Amino acid sequence: MIMTKEKTSAIHIDNKNLNHSPMEMQNKEIFTSKNFNLWYGDNHALKNINLSFHENEISAIIGPSGCGKSTYIKSLNRMVELVPIVRTEGEILYRDTNILDKNMTVEELRTKVGMVFQKPNPFPKSIYDNVAYGPRIHGIKDKKTLDQVVEKSLRQAAIWDEVKDRLNDNAYGLSGGQQQRICIARTLAVEPDIVLMDEPTSALDPISTIKIEDLMQELKKEYSIIIVTHNMQQAARVSDKTAFFYQGNVIEYNDTNIIFENPHDKRTEDYVTGRFG
Amino acid sequence: MVDLNIRERIANNQRSKLVEKTVPIVLFSITIISVLTTIGILYTLIVETVHFFGRVSIVEFLTSTKWNAFSSTPSWGIFPLILGTLKIVVIGAIVAVPTGIGAAIYLSEYASDRTRRIIKPILEVLAGIPTVVYGAFAITFVTPFLQSFIPPLNHFNALSPGIVVGIMILPMIASLTEDALSSVPNSMREGSLGMGATKFETVSKVVLPAAISGVGAAVVLGLSRAIGETMIVSIAAGSTPNSSFNILESLQTMTGFIVQVTSGDAAFGTDVYYSLYAVGMTLFIFTLAMNMISQWITKRFREEY
Ligand SMILES: Nc1ncnc2c1ncn2[C@@H]1O[C@H](COP(=O)(O)OP(=O)(O)OP(=O)(O)O)[C@@H](O)[C@H]1O
Ligand SMILES: [Mg+2]
Repeated sequence: MIMTKEKTSAIHIDNKNLNHSPMEMQNKEIFTSKNFNLWYGDNHALKNINLSFHENEISAIIGPSGCGKSTYIKSLNRMVELVPIVRTEGEILYRDTNILDKNMTVEELRTKVGMVFQKPNPFPKSIYDNVAYGPRIHGIKDKKTLDQVVEKSLRQAAIWDEVKDRLNDNAYGLSGGQQQRICIARTLAVEPDIVLMDEPTSALDPISTIKIEDLMQELKKEYSIIIVTHNMQQAARVSDKTAFFYQGNVIEYNDTNIIFENPHDKRTEDYVTGRFG
Repeated sequence: MVDLNIRERIANNQRSKLVEKTVPIVLFSITIISVLTTIGILYTLIVETVHFFGRVSIVEFLTSTKWNAFSSTPSWGIFPLILGTLKIVVIGAIVAVPTGIGAAIYLSEYASDRTRRIIKPILEVLAGIPTVVYGAFAITFVTPFLQSFIPPLNHFNALSPGIVVGIMILPMIASLTEDALSSVPNSMREGSLGMGATKFETVSKVVLPAAISGVGAAVVLGLSRAIGETMIVSIAAGSTPNSSFNILESLQTMTGFIVQVTSGDAAFGTDVYYSLYAVGMTLFIFTLAMNMISQWITKRFREEY
């Protein structure tokens, strides 16, 4: 791919550089981390993270195992707090609200910021009940609305045709790739603002992977997506921006094509070219 | 490099052929002995029960509402004994099922690791207390305590031993339910919490339904222990077969009657002696039914994650 943008439009975030110059035609910020730090007990897992993600984009997080990708993405919907020894400092703004604030209700946050996990984790219920779960717990009871939500979400997750005749079957009867798309449908059913995905295709075969990648391109029109992936090609294929994490630091964050073709940091270059990681 | 000759040594290793041959034979014999013993007991039970019904009408046994084995004009209606057992089981269940499941939910979903590590062993110790201790507790403490605000409560009654039977099976129900809940994978909880569900919604709508087979089995096992419970009721429920539904009066359970006959001196060959087997058979049918229900629940609702 040939770079059309000026090199100066690229930003290079380091730990001190908080107020970077905005990229051209920047979409609205959905998440902004400011000097965000996280510890598991004494283990300083995330160090001074300063990052912004934008509306209707797919942002990828890459980096070697143990660098803090999952920890960071789970901080964005505060799922990371399920680990009792976690301690945080700094700010994460979700559309101008600091989600680390004591007054933030996590249920409300997680309704707006949905999550798809690495391993498909449908509930041991019917396909229908899986997708209807979110709307139901948020008070939607009437059958007609639920029917429509279920169909719409399954269509969005590109699995409607495969399951429309067996909505009452247990979701565990499906293949791994189908289960993962059910989980995506389940997440979409509450019409979130943002979808977080932590290695959503790492347990899947190449065909299911491609299906989910195509799906992400569709979803991007309505949602903002943040995806963690170990698969470099995947990050390059699907994302608009890429953040490279290394040992709890954000080493580089930029347009995906710059990260992959013209990285500014030696460590990024080594990683994306497969020299370590 | 050191030459350890591992390959050679493995090749030359002589395993005992004798052990390999005899072990399955010994184990098979042990299995057969236990199976035969069970069949023997069941056989005696059936033969003696049939013998009893040669002397006493089975219609009376099933339809009469009076059990009076020691009278000179005895009556042989099993109903009051079954009712006695059911009163104890129902009261026990009312005490033990909600608290047991509640405690299990607390332990598996809310308690910190530390709390769980302290409480779980205590539950297991409680489950090991001999039932005679519970019986003494019922008659010396619970009955007088209840009488202090329920004056019409008899010295022997259904309420006090029922409650204590509930206390007795509670740790077992709590412990087995906790096992069932904690075997639900965390990914399931994360899936629910990640949708914006509250902790309680997650527990009640995802974790508990996912563990329902284990929870159901725990409850049924607890209840079958209550059905078979003997010591507490012998001590605190009295020995008056009672066909009223009043839980403040003395009663007798099926197990209570069996204890009364076997610890007294009902002469061999009398009707009372044979009635023992008929009552035992009825009790067996009840516990067998509970076991089958438990197995059915486990199979029917088993979830694979
Ligand atoms: N539950 C936990 N308790 C304690 N430390 C943890 C926990 N989860 C992660 N960590 C630590 O935090 C650091 C970052 O882990 P994290 O899971 O975020 O890495 P990751 O980039 O997602 O790795 P991977 O690519 O292998 O998934 C690691 O040092 C890890 O040991
Ligand atoms: Mg991870």
